[in-house]
Amino acid sequence: MQKKFYTEDHEWISLDGEIATVGISNYAQEQLGDIVFVELPQIGAGAQQGDEIAVVESVKAASEIYAPASGEVTAVNTALESEPARVNEAAEGDGWFFRLRLSDKTELDRLMDADAYQRYVEGLG
Amino acid sequence: MVELPSAELHKTPLHALHLKLGAKMTAFAGYDMPVHYPAGILKEHLHTRAHAGLFDVSHMGQAVLHPRPGVDIAAAFESLTPGDIAGLSPGQMRYTQLLNERGGILDDLMVTRHWAKDKGNALFLVVNAGRKMEDFTHIEKALTGVAVLEPLPDRALLALQGPQAANVLARHIPQGAALKFMHGGSFAIASQEVIVHRCGYTGEDGFEISLPASAAQEWAVRLLAEPEVEPVGLGARDSLRLEAGLCLYGHDIDETTTPIEANLLWSIGKRRREAGGFPGAAIIQEQIRQGVSRLLVGVKPDGRAPAREGTEIQDQTGKKIGQITSGGFSPTLNAPIAMGYVSAAFAAPGTPLQLLVRGKLLPAHTVSLPFIPKRFHK
Repeated sequence: MQKKFYTEDHEWISLDGEIATVGISNYAQEQLGDIVFVELPQIGAGAQQGDEIAVVESVKAASEIYAPASGEVTAVNTALESEPARVNEAAEGDGWFFRLRLSDKTELDRLMDADAYQRYVEGLG
Repeated sequence: MVELPSAELHKTPLHALHLKLGAKMTAFAGYDMPVHYPAGILKEHLHTRAHAGLFDVSHMGQAVLHPRPGVDIAAAFESLTPGDIAGLSPGQMRYTQLLNERGGILDDLMVTRHWAKDKGNALFLVVNAGRKMEDFTHIEKALTGVAVLEPLPDRALLALQGPQAANVLARHIPQGAALKFMHGGSFAIASQEVIVHRCGYTGEDGFEISLPASAAQEWAVRLLAEPEVEPVGLGARDSLRLEAGLCLYGHDIDETTTPIEANLLWSIGKRRREAGGFPGAAIIQEQIRQGVSRLLVGVKPDGRAPAREGTEIQDQTGKKIGQITSGGFSPTLNAPIAMGYVSAAFAAPGTPLQLLVRGKLLPAHTVSLPFIPKRFHK
């Protein structure tokens, strides 16, 4: 089973071999409300852990998405361009944003697992 | 605006009801207000366009301006605003602005000549929440010895908006539902004075209902029990007014913008345009004659990305020609929409523009406002 990690900025990342899939957490989509636009990165773009890499816009406001780990973008979820509401419907499934070929898997050790993230979110009140 | 910590925020008489309905709350103009309820902004917006939405707008400032004996209150108030106040018949309401000496907008507001026979020389005012203290001070100071301002902090204000609003209201306040557009009146219901105006901020037919604070929750619950009505928060209030091309104070209009630049010439009556007699009249009359260098217009991004407030507008050569003042997403059009100021040469509908969004230039066009046709009651 693939292990999923979370950032304090509410991205999730799930590693399968060398390739990780990235999206925003269900908690994040609930907080943002109706998603109306997602700006995805270019395939081939490189990012360092913590870099601004995508943007998600709700009716009200735009929010930056940060790379949960360093790597190169290998795929983007083009379905979100026409159906951004998929993020609301399945933030941690069909509503994924992009895939990364990680340059340093040990960076994931700095992130939270599902239990730790759950406690983190509860602490946000 | 600097927002206060939540403990210091004011609460409207419906605050407990918002929490009970599961609203997501936010600080707005010093009040803890609902942004949206569990349905979310998109559904609340579309519900208002299709049926009826109930909004808590109790944070807005309500007041009655009473003349001193022998004073013509309309003439006195016209010294502060360019609206045709003298031309109002009893119970008739008008949209106008309080202006500064440069013709800049201190606030925009609704003014009604009092409906009651014995108060026909008083005015009922509704001003923006974030400006009410400044407005009330300004009016009192300017009209010292001429009129007495009576703020109504103990009254709540509900807005019932949408194509079904009149049908719903007719079941509770039939006389209110029979009002003409931009008219108001008061009705004694269960010994409570209920003031109803047929107006709104969504582009739909609808009503604003002023109630004693103590009766507000009971009325809101009663209206929400109607099958056509759902609660709607400030998020959808903003997207509805943007689709209707209506200005938001502090964003599309402020002390540095004149009504002419803001495309509000329609709100200045013919007599006032000619005779002047309001703050900044010489500047505004000159702008009417000679035109203005910048104009508030509708902006439609060609793509899917919204352009938010503050976004730079460029011409096709990359020269800055203006700025977005309100920008978001239109649930009705399922597309981004915005308003902003552009140099007058770019104000004609169809003019190509570029928007600088996150360092990228996105194609857009000037469009005429509103984005969707208004459906006011005729």
